[in-house]
Amino acid sequence: MLSKSQAKTFFLGGTVVTFAVFLGLSWNTLSKEVPKRTHEENLTPQVVRGKKIWEANNCMGCHTILGEGAYYAPELTKVYERRGEGYIKAALMSPVPWSPRGRKMVAYNMPEQDAADVVAFLKWIGETDLNGFPAKHKYNTTPNTK
Amino acid sequence: MKYKSQKVAYWFFALSMLLVSLQIIYGFIMGFAHMGFDNLHELIPFNTARAVHTNLLVVWLLSGFMGAAYYIIPEEAEEELVSVKLAYVQLISLAIVGVIAVVGYHFNYWEGRKFLEIPRPLDWLVVVNVLTFLGIILATLFKGKKRTTTAMVLTMGLVFAALLYLPGMIWFDNQTMDSFFRWWVVHLWVEGVWELIMGGILSFLLIKITGVDREVIEKWLYVIVGLTFISGILGTGHHYYYIGAGKTWLLVGGIFSALEPLAFLGMALFAVAMYRKGEKKHPNKIALNWTLGTAIVSFVGAGLLGLAHTLPQVNMYTHGTLVTAMHGHLAFWGAYAMINLAIISYTLPNLTGRKLYDSNRGALAFWLSNIGMLGMTVAFGVAGVAQVYMERIMGVEFGEVQKEIQVHFFILICCATMFTTGIILYIAEFVKYGTPSDEALVAAA
Ligand code: HEC
Ligand code: HEM
Ligand code: HEM
Ligand SMILES: [Fe+2]
Repeated sequence: MLSKSQAKTFFLGGTVVTFAVFLGLSWNTLSKEVPKRTHEENLTPQVVRGKKIWEANNCMGCHTILGEGAYYAPELTKVYERRGEGYIKAALMSPVPWSPRGRKMVAYNMPEQDAADVVAFLKWIGETDLNGFPAKHKYNTTPNTK
Repeated sequence: MKYKSQKVAYWFFALSMLLVSLQIIYGFIMGFAHMGFDNLHELIPFNTARAVHTNLLVVWLLSGFMGAAYYIIPEEAEEELVSVKLAYVQLISLAIVGVIAVVGYHFNYWEGRKFLEIPRPLDWLVVVNVLTFLGIILATLFKGKKRTTTAMVLTMGLVFAALLYLPGMIWFDNQTMDSFFRWWVVHLWVEGVWELIMGGILSFLLIKITGVDREVIEKWLYVIVGLTFISGILGTGHHYYYIGAGKTWLLVGGIFSALEPLAFLGMALFAVAMYRKGEKKHPNKIALNWTLGTAIVSFVGAGLLGLAHTLPQVNMYTHGTLVTAMHGHLAFWGAYAMINLAIISYTLPNLTGRKLYDSNRGALAFWLSNIGMLGMTVAFGVAGVAQVYMERIMGVEFGEVQKEIQVHFFILICCATMFTTGIILYIAEFVKYGTPSDEALVAAA
């Protein structure tokens, strides 16, 4: 039967081995995969400004991006492709809560420059290689409106 | 209660009770918003409600863990806490940081990173707070006569939790990198080091309640936390499938995260087996309910409902939908809320000297909250699956889908009301116990 010290060895040994593998894989991901898949060369100061606005307003508290965030408002990873620049700017610059389909967004009333920064951020996000996420729909029930 | 300094635990538990009440209020705000009643939008927009709901959750759980450690460590180490005064200072500063953060969320003062919304300047206060806490615990352990496995596993969990908070404080320009390290906090907490904390508390409770030999219990504790890390560390990969982190994680994350339920299964089998083996004489049946409950419900909420969407083929469709909210609720409830309620139920009679443990109210609190939470999980689940089919497979627009699934949030609110009734009863019981006293100490001795 398993003894307490064998159990302890299982715990400590298992932890050290898997953690070492995890660090190795993480290193590979961060140094090789991420720069390529996110097109780091396109990560301009404007994109970074967009990210800062994104965080300062906690957009993730209603939306998801890369599938992470809240489930109250549309996924935005591919929103640039789906809606285009004009539509996104309209949502961000609206002085009243944006809600063409009924649910309300915060009325940000953003200056055009800030809205353009957020658009740059969303465009950059949309170009990331995400292993096929979001999946292509099998059907196309509602045509997307630009 | 054998050690006077254990009394400080009570006040951490009291803070938890206060914060859980607030957390629930903000939960209702979001539930109603999903149902179409967003009347508070101007005052408390959804993102504010959400940040408050989830952050209060994390703070009350941590406050409970700290209280648990302040209770357990003296008893296990056979040594009074090195400084009770400092422990009170730490409690008050924890409450203050929490209040500033939550108030800030109402005034657009935050960082929009899910679960890590606390702004970085405040993060430093959190760090100081946690270092003080760990200092007290470690110094007590060091001075103490005994270093039991239970105490060591609990302490290790707490120390690692503190260390893992740090990567979440680094700024990255790249959203993928940001997300990559956010998971070092979020995933490695709940599917890693917090399981050590849970395991440590569970082991303490089982030793006390079942009377089974410590050596047997602690041997299985090692096996469980071993399974936790072996599966959970590489299991982090299940969050790296679709964020731009590469293909390796599809395989590694898929395989190892699918093994994660084993640790929770281990926890459930362990608790039930020790209960069967034990002498069943302990009078505190309410604490026993919560102890067995946490082991079983965490297996369902974290283990089974986690497994349901952890394979890349499934997660491709469920990623970032209400399916995740379904799992998040039952997992947090079963594992970390219930283990806190278990240790509180166990310690209250010892701290206050009042023995209210076979009241109907306590049993009712247990059943109403659990059945209510199970109902909420089903409501989120039905809404989530419907969302996945309509939005992700049929290609119906997000906004249209949300209108179709509003009705499930009516059910959610009904079940949440039942859940809340249970929690109110629990808190009423907590209040009825009164504050800890030195007489209890005398009575126990
Ligand atoms: C209170 C919740 C909330 C917050 C906070 C919020 N949004 Fe929104 N947003 C919504 C909702 C709801 C919609 C959908 C409105 C509709 O179509 O009726 C939306 C729509 C959008 C759209 C159009 C998406 C589409 O597919 O139609 C964009 C782009 C957008 N938001 C960007 C942002 C950005 C950027 C931020 C942060 C600065 C933000 N949102 C903050 C709720 C929110
Ligand atoms: C009782 C009333 C409750 C209600 C009505 C409620 C409702 C909600 C809603 C609507 C969301 C937001 C989902 C979204 O982003 O759209 C949410 C998020 C969350 N809630 Fe609750 N909740 C309640 C209680 C609790 C409790 C007791 C816990 C923990 C034990 C909890 C844990 C969470 C977590 C972890 C999230 C984030 C989930 C995720 O991001 O996947 N909630 N809740
Ligand atoms: C007590 C333990 C657990 C808790 C508290 C918990 C809680 C959560 C929460 C809150 C999220 C949302 C996180 C975010 O988006 O920021 C989440 C996501 C997830 N969890 Fe868990 N979880 C636990 C255990 C598990 C286990 C054991 C598994 C797998 C077997 C699992 C699988 C997943 C998956 C796949 C996701 C990602 C969902 C998505 O893509 O949107 N979880 N979990
Ligand atoms: Fe995870």
